[in-house]
Amino acid sequence: MHRFANPARFMRVSGTVLPWLAALTALMLVAGLVLGFRAPPDYQQGDTVRIMFIHVPAAWMAVFGYSSLALASAAALIWRHPLAEIAAQQSAPLGAGFTALCLITGSLWGAPMWGTWWVWDARLTSVLVLFFLYLGYIALVHAFDDPSRGSRAASVLALVGSVNVPIIHYSVEWWSTLHQPASVMRLGGPTIDRSILLPLLVMALAFTLLFIVLLLIRMRAALLERKIRALRLLEAEAAGTEYGFAAPEVSA
Amino acid sequence: MSSFLAIIRRDLRLAFRQGGDGAMAVMFFVLAALLFPFGIGPEPELLARVASGIIWVTALLAALLALDRMFQTDWEDGTLELIRLSPLPLELAVLAKCLSHWLVTGLPVLLATPLVALMLRLDPSGLPMLLLGLLLGTPVLSLFGAVGAALTLGARRGGVLVSLLVLPLEIPVLIFGVGAADAALSQDTGSAQLAILGALLAFALPLCPLAAAAALRQALE
Amino acid sequence: MMEFLAMGGYALYVWPAYGAALLVLGSLTVNAVLRYRSAERELASLNARRPGGAR
Repeated sequence: MHRFANPARFMRVSGTVLPWLAALTALMLVAGLVLGFRAPPDYQQGDTVRIMFIHVPAAWMAVFGYSSLALASAAALIWRHPLAEIAAQQSAPLGAGFTALCLITGSLWGAPMWGTWWVWDARLTSVLVLFFLYLGYIALVHAFDDPSRGSRAASVLALVGSVNVPIIHYSVEWWSTLHQPASVMRLGGPTIDRSILLPLLVMALAFTLLFIVLLLIRMRAALLERKIRALRLLEAEAAGTEYGFAAPEVSA
Repeated sequence: MSSFLAIIRRDLRLAFRQGGDGAMAVMFFVLAALLFPFGIGPEPELLARVASGIIWVTALLAALLALDRMFQTDWEDGTLELIRLSPLPLELAVLAKCLSHWLVTGLPVLLATPLVALMLRLDPSGLPMLLLGLLLGTPVLSLFGAVGAALTLGARRGGVLVSLLVLPLEIPVLIFGVGAADAALSQDTGSAQLAILGALLAFALPLCPLAAAAALRQALE
Repeated sequence: MMEFLAMGGYALYVWPAYGAALLVLGSLTVNAVLRYRSAERELASLNARRPGGAR
Protein backbone atom coordinates (compact mmCIF):
# COMPACT_ATOMS: atom_id res chain seq x y z
CA MET A 1 0.00 0.00 0.00
CA HIS A 2 2.67 2.42 0.92
CA ARG A 3 4.63 1.69 -2.21
CA PHE A 4 1.97 3.68 -4.02
CA ALA A 5 1.91 6.46 -1.47
CA ASN A 6 4.72 8.37 -3.08
CA PRO A 7 3.28 11.21 -5.17
CA ALA A 8 6.31 11.37 -7.43
CA ARG A 9 5.97 7.67 -8.18
CA PHE A 10 2.27 8.13 -8.85
CA MET A 11 3.03 10.93 -11.31
CA ARG A 12 5.55 8.75 -13.14
CA VAL A 13 3.39 5.65 -13.33
CA SER A 14 0.20 7.51 -14.24
CA GLY A 15 2.06 9.51 -16.86
CA THR A 16 3.21 6.37 -18.65
CA VAL A 17 -0.09 4.54 -18.35
CA LEU A 18 -2.40 7.41 -19.25
CA PRO A 19 -1.95 7.64 -23.03
CA TRP A 20 -2.65 3.89 -23.40
CA LEU A 21 -5.72 4.06 -21.18
CA ALA A 22 -7.02 7.07 -23.04
CA ALA A 23 -6.60 5.34 -26.39
CA LEU A 24 -8.33 2.21 -25.07
CA THR A 25 -11.17 4.34 -23.72
CA ALA A 26 -11.73 6.02 -27.07
CA LEU A 27 -11.69 2.64 -28.79
CA MET A 28 -14.22 1.17 -26.38
CA LEU A 29 -16.49 4.20 -26.72
CA VAL A 30 -16.53 3.92 -30.49
CA ALA A 31 -17.09 0.15 -30.32
CA GLY A 32 -19.91 0.60 -27.83
CA LEU A 33 -21.63 3.24 -29.93
CA VAL A 34 -21.37 1.18 -33.10
CA LEU A 35 -22.69 -1.94 -31.39
CA GLY A 36 -25.40 0.08 -29.72
CA PHE A 37 -26.73 1.63 -32.89
CA ARG A 38 -26.52 -1.61 -34.81
CA ALA A 39 -28.46 -3.60 -32.22
CA PRO A 40 -32.00 -4.42 -33.36
CA PRO A 41 -34.81 -2.36 -31.81
CA ASP A 42 -36.58 -4.02 -28.91
CA TYR A 43 -40.00 -5.46 -29.73
CA GLN A 44 -41.55 -3.67 -26.77
CA GLN A 45 -39.50 -0.52 -26.37
CA GLY A 46 -38.48 0.16 -29.94
CA ASP A 47 -35.49 2.37 -30.47
CA THR A 48 -35.68 3.87 -26.97
CA VAL A 49 -33.75 0.84 -25.82
CA ARG A 50 -30.69 2.65 -27.15
CA ILE A 51 -31.04 5.12 -24.28
CA MET A 52 -30.31 2.18 -22.00
CA PHE A 53 -26.78 1.99 -23.39
CA ILE A 54 -26.10 5.36 -21.78
CA HIS A 55 -28.45 5.19 -18.82
CA VAL A 56 -27.42 1.86 -17.30
CA PRO A 57 -23.64 2.32 -17.56
CA ALA A 58 -24.06 5.85 -16.15
CA ALA A 59 -26.02 4.39 -13.23
CA TRP A 60 -23.32 1.78 -12.60
CA MET A 61 -20.66 4.50 -12.68
CA ALA A 62 -22.67 6.66 -10.28
CA VAL A 63 -22.60 3.88 -7.70
CA PHE A 64 -19.04 2.84 -8.58
CA GLY A 65 -17.96 6.46 -8.16
CA TYR A 66 -19.50 6.74 -4.75
CA SER A 67 -18.03 3.43 -3.63
CA SER A 68 -14.53 4.58 -4.66
CA LEU A 69 -15.19 7.86 -2.91
CA ALA A 70 -16.17 6.07 0.29
CA LEU A 71 -13.22 3.63 0.12
CA ALA A 72 -10.73 6.41 -0.55
CA SER A 73 -12.22 8.43 2.31
CA ALA A 74 -11.87 5.43 4.62
CA ALA A 75 -8.23 5.04 3.56
CA ALA A 76 -7.65 8.75 4.18
CA LEU A 77 -9.20 8.63 7.64
CA ILE A 78 -7.85 5.29 8.85
CA TRP A 79 -4.40 5.05 7.30
CA ARG A 80 -3.85 8.71 6.48
CA HIS A 81 -2.83 7.62 3.00
CA PRO A 82 -1.66 10.84 1.31
CA LEU A 83 -3.04 10.11 -2.13
CA ALA A 84 -6.35 8.76 -0.82
CA GLU A 85 -7.67 12.19 0.08
CA ILE A 86 -6.80 13.54 -3.36
CA ALA A 87 -8.38 10.52 -5.05
CA ALA A 88 -11.59 10.98 -3.06
CA GLN A 89 -11.94 14.69 -3.78
CA GLN A 90 -11.13 14.40 -7.46
CA SER A 91 -13.58 11.57 -8.02
CA ALA A 92 -16.56 13.42 -6.53
CA PRO A 93 -17.35 15.71 -9.50
CA LEU A 94 -16.97 12.74 -11.86
CA GLY A 95 -19.41 10.65 -9.85
CA ALA A 96 -21.83 13.56 -9.64
CA GLY A 97 -21.66 13.99 -13.42
CA PHE A 98 -22.48 10.32 -14.06
CA THR A 99 -25.33 10.49 -11.55
CA ALA A 100 -26.78 13.55 -13.27
CA LEU A 101 -26.45 11.79 -16.62
CA CYS A 102 -28.21 8.76 -15.18
CA LEU A 103 -31.09 10.91 -13.94
CA ILE A 104 -31.41 12.87 -17.19
CA THR A 105 -31.29 9.84 -19.49
CA GLY A 106 -33.59 7.93 -17.15
CA SER A 107 -36.10 10.75 -17.40
CA LEU A 108 -35.80 10.78 -21.20
CA TRP A 109 -36.37 7.01 -21.24
CA GLY A 110 -39.26 7.12 -18.79
CA ALA A 111 -41.19 9.77 -20.70
CA PRO A 112 -42.07 7.58 -23.69
CA MET A 113 -42.07 4.31 -21.74
CA TRP A 114 -43.92 5.16 -18.54
CA GLY A 115 -45.67 8.27 -19.75
CA THR A 116 -44.05 10.44 -17.12
CA TRP A 117 -40.80 12.39 -16.78
CA TRP A 118 -40.40 11.59 -13.11
CA VAL A 119 -41.93 9.35 -10.46
CA TRP A 120 -41.11 9.21 -6.77
CA ASP A 121 -40.38 5.52 -6.57
CA ALA A 122 -37.62 4.00 -4.44
CA ARG A 123 -34.98 3.66 -7.14
CA LEU A 124 -35.29 7.18 -8.55
CA THR A 125 -35.52 8.75 -5.10
CA SER A 126 -32.43 6.99 -3.79
CA VAL A 127 -30.43 7.94 -6.89
CA LEU A 128 -31.53 11.55 -6.40
CA VAL A 129 -30.38 11.28 -2.79
CA LEU A 130 -27.05 9.99 -4.12
CA PHE A 131 -26.76 13.08 -6.31
CA PHE A 132 -27.33 15.34 -3.30
CA LEU A 133 -24.79 13.36 -1.32
CA TYR A 134 -22.20 14.09 -3.99
CA LEU A 135 -23.08 17.80 -3.97
CA GLY A 136 -22.99 17.88 -0.18
CA TYR A 137 -19.58 16.21 -0.20
CA ILE A 138 -18.17 18.74 -2.67
CA ALA A 139 -19.70 21.64 -0.73
CA LEU A 140 -18.27 20.37 2.54
CA VAL A 141 -14.73 20.05 1.14
CA HIS A 142 -14.74 23.71 0.17
CA ALA A 143 -16.68 25.02 3.16
CA PHE A 144 -13.76 25.59 5.49
CA ASP A 145 -10.96 28.11 5.46
CA ASP A 146 -8.63 25.32 6.53
CA PRO A 147 -8.60 22.87 3.59
CA SER A 148 -7.47 19.89 5.65
CA ARG A 149 -10.42 20.32 8.00
CA GLY A 150 -12.73 20.33 4.99
CA SER A 151 -11.19 17.13 3.66
CA ARG A 152 -11.52 15.30 6.93
CA ALA A 153 -15.13 16.38 7.53
CA ALA A 154 -16.01 15.39 3.97
CA SER A 155 -14.40 11.98 4.46
CA VAL A 156 -16.68 11.33 7.43
CA LEU A 157 -19.68 12.43 5.38
CA ALA A 158 -18.70 10.08 2.56
CA LEU A 159 -18.69 7.14 4.97
CA VAL A 160 -22.00 8.12 6.59
CA GLY A 161 -23.65 8.43 3.19
CA SER A 162 -22.45 5.05 1.94
CA VAL A 163 -25.45 3.51 3.67
CA ASN A 164 -27.42 4.79 0.66
CA VAL A 165 -25.58 2.50 -1.78
CA PRO A 166 -27.18 -0.83 -0.83
CA ILE A 167 -30.52 1.00 -0.62
CA ILE A 168 -30.15 2.07 -4.25
CA HIS A 169 -29.32 -1.39 -5.45
CA TYR A 170 -31.95 -3.28 -3.50
CA SER A 171 -34.64 -0.61 -3.74
CA VAL A 172 -36.23 -2.32 -6.73
CA GLU A 173 -36.51 -5.54 -4.75
CA TRP A 174 -37.59 -4.21 -1.39
CA TRP A 175 -40.34 -1.95 -2.72
CA SER A 176 -42.71 -2.48 -5.60
CA THR A 177 -41.42 0.17 -7.92
CA LEU A 178 -42.15 1.43 -11.39
CA HIS A 179 -38.46 1.05 -12.27
CA GLN A 180 -37.64 -2.38 -13.63
CA PRO A 181 -35.83 -4.85 -11.38
CA ALA A 182 -32.22 -5.85 -11.93
CA SER A 183 -31.71 -7.82 -15.10
CA VAL A 184 -27.93 -7.88 -15.29
CA MET A 185 -26.42 -7.70 -11.81
CA ARG A 186 -28.31 -10.56 -10.31
CA LEU A 187 -27.44 -13.93 -8.83
CA GLY A 188 -29.03 -15.96 -11.60
CA GLY A 189 -27.02 -14.22 -14.30
CA PRO A 190 -28.24 -11.70 -16.83
CA THR A 191 -31.67 -12.15 -18.32
CA ILE A 192 -31.38 -9.89 -21.33
CA ASP A 193 -30.64 -10.87 -24.87
CA ARG A 194 -27.04 -11.10 -26.11
CA SER A 195 -27.54 -8.45 -28.79
CA ILE A 196 -28.47 -5.94 -26.11
CA LEU A 197 -26.12 -7.24 -23.43
CA LEU A 198 -22.99 -6.87 -25.51
CA PRO A 199 -23.26 -3.14 -26.32
CA LEU A 200 -24.29 -2.59 -22.72
CA LEU A 201 -21.18 -4.25 -21.32
CA VAL A 202 -18.89 -2.55 -23.82
CA MET A 203 -20.32 0.88 -22.93
CA ALA A 204 -20.00 0.02 -19.24
CA LEU A 205 -16.34 -0.84 -19.77
CA ALA A 206 -15.85 2.36 -21.77
CA PHE A 207 -17.44 4.47 -19.03
CA THR A 208 -15.31 2.79 -16.37
CA LEU A 209 -12.15 3.45 -18.34
CA LEU A 210 -13.25 7.05 -18.90
CA PHE A 211 -13.79 7.47 -15.17
CA ILE A 212 -10.32 6.12 -14.40
CA VAL A 213 -8.67 8.24 -17.10
CA LEU A 214 -10.38 11.43 -15.93
CA LEU A 215 -9.63 10.62 -12.30
CA LEU A 216 -5.93 10.14 -13.07
CA ILE A 217 -5.79 13.43 -15.01
CA ARG A 218 -7.54 15.29 -12.19
CA MET A 219 -5.28 13.74 -9.55
CA ARG A 220 -2.20 14.72 -11.54
CA ALA A 221 -3.53 18.26 -11.86
CA ALA A 222 -4.26 18.39 -8.12
CA LEU A 223 -0.74 17.23 -7.29
CA LEU A 224 0.74 19.86 -9.60
CA GLU A 225 -1.47 22.50 -7.96
CA ARG A 226 -0.11 21.48 -4.57
CA LYS A 227 3.41 21.94 -5.85
CA ILE A 228 2.48 25.35 -7.22
CA ARG A 229 1.04 26.41 -3.87
CA ALA A 230 4.17 25.25 -2.06
CA LEU A 231 6.42 27.13 -4.47
CA ARG A 232 4.28 30.27 -4.15
CA LEU A 233 4.55 30.10 -0.38
CA LEU A 234 8.33 29.80 -0.68
CA GLU A 235 8.37 32.83 -2.96
CA ALA A 236 6.28 34.88 -0.56
CA GLU A 237 8.52 33.81 2.30
CA ALA A 238 11.63 34.84 0.39
CA ALA A 239 10.11 38.20 -0.51
CA GLY A 240 9.20 38.74 3.12
CA THR A 241 12.66 38.03 4.46
CA GLU A 242 14.02 40.45 1.88
CA TYR A 243 12.19 43.20 3.71
CA GLY A 244 13.20 42.00 7.12
CA PHE A 245 10.04 40.00 7.93
CA ALA A 246 10.50 36.64 9.61
CA ALA A 247 9.45 33.52 7.70
CA PRO A 248 5.72 32.85 8.33
CA GLU A 249 4.45 29.64 9.94
CA VAL A 250 3.58 27.44 7.00
CA SER A 251 1.00 24.67 7.40
CA ALA A 252 1.27 22.02 4.68
CA MET B 1 -24.86 9.23 34.22
CA SER B 2 -24.81 12.48 36.15
CA SER B 3 -22.66 14.19 33.52
CA PHE B 4 -25.11 12.95 30.89
CA LEU B 5 -27.98 14.58 32.78
CA ALA B 6 -25.89 17.66 33.49
CA ILE B 7 -25.47 18.30 29.77
CA ILE B 8 -29.19 18.00 29.22
CA ARG B 9 -30.01 20.24 32.18
CA ARG B 10 -27.58 22.89 30.99
CA ASP B 11 -28.86 22.87 27.42
CA LEU B 12 -32.46 23.15 28.56
CA ARG B 13 -31.64 26.01 30.89
CA LEU B 14 -29.81 27.84 28.11
CA ALA B 15 -32.62 27.21 25.67
CA PHE B 16 -35.21 28.80 27.86
CA ARG B 17 -33.06 31.49 29.39
CA GLN B 18 -32.61 33.64 26.32
CA GLY B 19 -36.19 34.82 26.31
CA GLY B 20 -37.79 31.66 25.05
CA ASP B 21 -35.17 31.08 22.42
CA GLY B 22 -36.14 27.45 22.77
CA ALA B 23 -39.69 28.21 21.75
CA MET B 24 -38.50 29.49 18.35
CA ALA B 25 -38.60 26.11 16.73
CA VAL B 26 -42.16 25.32 17.70
CA MET B 27 -43.28 28.85 16.83
CA PHE B 28 -41.75 28.42 13.38
CA PHE B 29 -43.48 25.06 13.07
CA VAL B 30 -46.90 26.48 13.85
CA LEU B 31 -46.51 29.63 11.76
CA ALA B 32 -45.06 27.88 8.72
CA ALA B 33 -47.73 25.21 8.77
CA LEU B 34 -50.44 27.86 9.04
CA LEU B 35 -49.05 29.66 5.98
CA PHE B 36 -50.31 26.88 3.78
CA PRO B 37 -54.02 27.62 3.94
CA PHE B 38 -53.13 31.12 2.77
CA GLY B 39 -50.97 29.75 0.02
CA ILE B 40 -53.04 26.91 -1.34
CA GLY B 41 -56.51 28.10 -0.39
CA PRO B 42 -58.72 27.13 2.54
CA GLU B 43 -60.73 24.35 0.91
CA PRO B 44 -61.08 21.65 3.55
CA GLU B 45 -60.71 18.67 1.23
CA LEU B 46 -57.46 19.97 -0.28
CA LEU B 47 -55.99 20.85 3.08
CA ALA B 48 -57.02 17.55 4.62
CA ARG B 49 -55.22 15.65 1.89
CA VAL B 50 -51.92 17.43 2.32
CA ALA B 51 -52.10 18.12 6.06
CA SER B 52 -49.88 15.25 7.17
CA GLY B 53 -47.29 16.15 4.55
CA ILE B 54 -47.27 19.81 5.56
CA ILE B 55 -46.89 18.92 9.23
CA TRP B 56 -43.99 16.57 8.55
CA VAL B 57 -42.11 18.97 6.30
CA THR B 58 -42.46 21.92 8.67
CA ALA B 59 -41.44 19.68 11.59
CA LEU B 60 -38.31 18.75 9.65
CA LEU B 61 -37.50 22.39 8.89
CA ALA B 62 -38.13 23.40 12.51
CA ALA B 63 -35.70 20.71 13.66
CA LEU B 64 -33.10 22.06 11.24
CA LEU B 65 -33.48 25.56 12.64
CA ALA B 66 -32.24 24.67 16.09
CA LEU B 67 -29.31 22.59 14.83
CA ASP B 68 -26.65 25.26 14.77
CA ARG B 69 -27.18 25.76 18.45
CA MET B 70 -26.37 22.12 19.13
CA PHE B 71 -22.62 22.42 18.97
CA GLN B 72 -21.72 25.81 17.54
CA THR B 73 -22.05 27.98 20.65
CA ASP B 74 -20.33 25.39 22.82
CA TRP B 75 -17.50 25.11 20.32
CA GLU B 76 -17.05 28.86 20.21
CA ASP B 77 -16.83 29.36 23.97
CA GLY B 78 -14.70 26.29 24.66
CA THR B 79 -17.34 24.19 26.40
CA LEU B 80 -17.09 21.52 23.72
CA GLU B 81 -13.41 21.07 24.49
CA LEU B 82 -14.27 20.60 28.16
CA ILE B 83 -16.96 18.07 27.27
CA ARG B 84 -14.48 16.14 25.22
CA LEU B 85 -11.94 16.12 28.04
CA SER B 86 -14.49 14.98 30.61
CA PRO B 87 -14.72 11.28 31.59
CA LEU B 88 -18.08 10.97 29.81
CA PRO B 89 -17.50 9.31 26.40
CA LEU B 90 -17.99 11.80 23.59
CA GLU B 91 -20.59 9.55 21.97
CA LEU B 92 -22.76 9.72 25.11
CA ALA B 93 -22.31 13.47 25.27
CA VAL B 94 -23.58 13.67 21.69
CA LEU B 95 -26.54 11.50 22.66
CA ALA B 96 -27.27 13.89 25.52
CA LYS B 97 -27.14 16.80 23.08
CA CYS B 98 -29.53 15.00 20.74
CA LEU B 99 -31.92 14.39 23.59
CA SER B 100 -31.92 18.03 24.63
CA HIS B 101 -32.36 19.09 21.00
CA TRP B 102 -35.36 16.80 20.77
CA LEU B 103 -36.79 18.08 24.06
CA VAL B 104 -36.58 21.63 22.72
CA THR B 105 -37.78 21.00 19.16
CA GLY B 106 -39.25 17.52 18.60
CA LEU B 107 -41.34 17.27 21.74
CA PRO B 108 -42.95 20.73 21.49
CA VAL B 109 -43.69 20.03 17.81
CA LEU B 110 -45.34 16.77 18.83
CA LEU B 111 -47.43 18.57 21.43
CA ALA B 112 -48.41 21.33 19.00
CA THR B 113 -49.37 18.90 16.23
CA PRO B 114 -52.97 18.22 17.32
CA LEU B 115 -53.70 21.94 17.20
CA VAL B 116 -52.02 22.40 13.83
CA ALA B 117 -53.73 19.27 12.49
CA LEU B 118 -57.04 20.74 13.52
CA MET B 119 -56.33 23.98 11.69
CA LEU B 120 -55.20 22.10 8.60
CA ARG B 121 -58.49 20.12 8.68
CA LEU B 122 -56.77 16.76 9.08
CA ASP B 123 -59.28 13.95 9.51
CA PRO B 124 -59.09 12.99 13.21
CA SER B 125 -58.78 9.31 12.36
CA GLY B 126 -55.33 10.01 10.99
CA LEU B 127 -54.07 11.85 14.05
CA PRO B 128 -52.89 8.90 16.20
CA MET B 129 -50.72 7.48 13.42
CA LEU B 130 -49.38 10.93 12.64
CA LEU B 131 -48.40 11.45 16.27
CA LEU B 132 -46.85 7.99 16.59
CA GLY B 133 -44.87 8.59 13.43
CA LEU B 134 -43.65 11.94 14.71
CA LEU B 135 -42.78 10.37 18.04
CA LEU B 136 -40.52 7.88 16.27
CA GLY B 137 -39.30 10.20 13.54
CA THR B 138 -38.42 13.44 15.31
CA PRO B 139 -35.66 11.79 17.39
CA VAL B 140 -34.19 10.48 14.13
CA LEU B 141 -34.21 14.06 12.81
CA SER B 142 -32.26 15.18 15.87
CA LEU B 143 -29.80 12.29 15.49
CA PHE B 144 -29.07 12.86 11.80
CA GLY B 145 -29.01 16.57 12.49
CA ALA B 146 -26.28 16.05 15.06
CA VAL B 147 -24.10 14.41 12.43
CA GLY B 148 -24.63 17.31 10.06
CA ALA B 149 -24.04 19.92 12.76
CA ALA B 150 -20.83 18.21 13.88
CA LEU B 151 -19.51 17.97 10.32
CA THR B 152 -20.06 21.65 9.60
CA LEU B 153 -18.63 23.12 12.80
CA GLY B 154 -16.64 26.18 11.90
CA ALA B 155 -17.62 26.10 8.24
CA ARG B 156 -18.43 29.21 6.33
CA ARG B 157 -22.21 29.43 5.79
CA GLY B 158 -22.58 26.44 8.04
CA GLY B 159 -26.33 26.86 8.50
CA VAL B 160 -27.22 26.41 4.84
CA LEU B 161 -24.66 23.66 4.44
CA VAL B 162 -26.16 21.64 7.30
CA SER B 163 -29.51 21.65 5.51
CA LEU B 164 -27.91 20.48 2.27
CA LEU B 165 -26.19 17.62 4.08
CA VAL B 166 -28.96 16.55 6.44
CA LEU B 167 -32.09 16.83 4.27
CA PRO B 168 -31.20 14.02 1.83
CA LEU B 169 -30.55 11.69 4.74
CA GLU B 170 -33.87 12.59 6.35
CA ILE B 171 -36.01 12.04 3.26
CA PRO B 172 -36.71 8.37 4.16
CA VAL B 173 -38.04 9.50 7.57
CA LEU B 174 -40.37 11.90 5.79
CA ILE B 175 -41.55 9.26 3.34
CA PHE B 176 -42.44 6.73 5.98
CA GLY B 177 -43.86 9.24 8.45
CA VAL B 178 -46.30 10.64 5.92
CA GLY B 179 -46.94 7.12 4.64
CA ALA B 180 -48.05 5.95 8.07
CA ALA B 181 -50.42 8.89 8.51
CA ASP B 182 -51.89 8.54 5.04
CA ALA B 183 -52.32 4.78 5.44
CA ALA B 184 -54.42 5.36 8.54
CA LEU B 185 -56.58 7.82 6.60
CA SER B 186 -57.33 5.26 3.93
CA GLN B 187 -58.54 2.66 6.44
CA ASP B 188 -55.26 0.79 6.22
CA THR B 189 -52.99 0.39 9.20
CA GLY B 190 -49.79 2.37 8.99
CA SER B 191 -48.06 -0.23 11.11
CA ALA B 192 -45.60 -1.28 8.39
CA GLN B 193 -44.39 2.29 8.00
CA LEU B 194 -44.19 2.71 11.77
CA ALA B 195 -42.10 -0.44 11.97
CA ILE B 196 -39.67 1.00 9.46
CA LEU B 197 -39.52 4.28 11.35
CA GLY B 198 -38.76 2.28 14.47
CA ALA B 199 -36.03 0.46 12.60
CA LEU B 200 -34.57 3.78 11.43
CA LEU B 201 -34.54 4.99 15.01
CA ALA B 202 -32.88 1.78 16.21
CA PHE B 203 -30.29 2.19 13.48
CA ALA B 204 -29.65 5.88 14.08
CA LEU B 205 -29.48 5.67 17.86
CA PRO B 206 -26.08 3.92 18.09
CA LEU B 207 -24.60 5.03 14.77
CA CYS B 208 -25.27 8.75 14.64
CA PRO B 209 -23.52 9.54 17.94
CA LEU B 210 -20.55 7.55 16.68
CA ALA B 211 -20.35 9.49 13.44
CA ALA B 212 -21.01 12.83 15.12
CA ALA B 213 -18.36 12.18 17.78
CA ALA B 214 -15.83 11.32 15.06
CA ALA B 215 -16.69 14.57 13.29
CA LEU B 216 -16.40 16.51 16.56
CA ARG B 217 -12.95 15.06 17.17
CA GLN B 218 -11.94 16.28 13.71
CA ALA B 219 -13.23 19.75 14.53
CA LEU B 220 -11.43 19.89 17.87
CA GLU B 221 -8.06 18.79 16.51
CA MET C 1 -30.28 7.56 -43.06
CA MET C 2 -33.54 9.34 -42.28
CA GLU C 3 -34.71 6.15 -40.62
CA PHE C 4 -31.64 6.16 -38.43
CA LEU C 5 -32.21 9.77 -37.39
CA ALA C 6 -35.90 9.17 -36.74
CA MET C 7 -35.15 6.35 -34.29
CA GLY C 8 -38.54 4.72 -34.86
CA GLY C 9 -40.33 7.90 -33.84
CA TYR C 10 -38.46 8.28 -30.59
CA ALA C 11 -35.90 10.73 -31.91
CA LEU C 12 -37.07 13.38 -29.45
CA TYR C 13 -35.91 11.17 -26.58
CA VAL C 14 -32.96 9.20 -27.92
CA TRP C 15 -30.91 12.00 -29.42
CA PRO C 16 -31.14 14.36 -26.43
CA ALA C 17 -30.02 11.43 -24.27
CA TYR C 18 -26.88 10.96 -26.35
CA GLY C 19 -26.50 14.73 -26.50
CA ALA C 20 -26.63 14.93 -22.70
CA ALA C 21 -23.96 12.22 -22.52
CA LEU C 22 -21.76 14.16 -24.89
CA LEU C 23 -22.32 17.37 -22.95
CA VAL C 24 -21.70 15.96 -19.47
CA LEU C 25 -18.83 13.62 -20.26
CA GLY C 26 -17.35 16.03 -22.77
CA SER C 27 -17.26 18.94 -20.35
CA LEU C 28 -15.80 16.73 -17.60
CA THR C 29 -13.05 15.69 -20.01
CA VAL C 30 -12.35 19.19 -21.32
CA ASN C 31 -12.31 20.59 -17.80
CA ALA C 32 -9.87 17.95 -16.57
CA VAL C 33 -7.49 18.35 -19.49
CA LEU C 34 -7.53 22.16 -19.45
CA ARG C 35 -6.94 22.22 -15.71
CA TYR C 36 -3.99 19.87 -16.04
CA ARG C 37 -2.45 21.82 -18.90
CA SER C 38 -2.81 25.15 -17.10
CA ALA C 39 -1.23 23.70 -13.96
CA GLU C 40 1.65 22.38 -16.04
CA ARG C 41 2.19 25.79 -17.60
CA GLU C 42 2.07 27.60 -14.31
CA LEU C 43 4.50 25.19 -12.69
CA ALA C 44 6.90 25.63 -15.59
CA SER C 45 6.81 29.41 -15.29
CA LEU C 46 7.32 29.26 -11.53
CA ASN C 47 10.30 26.99 -11.98
CA ALA C 48 11.77 29.26 -14.64
CA ARG C 49 11.48 32.22 -12.27
CA ARG C 50 13.31 30.58 -9.41
CA PRO C 51 17.04 31.29 -9.26
CA GLY C 52 18.91 28.00 -9.66
CA GLY C 53 16.33 26.51 -12.06
CA ALA C 54 13.72 23.79 -11.50
CA ARG C 55 13.90 21.51 -8.47
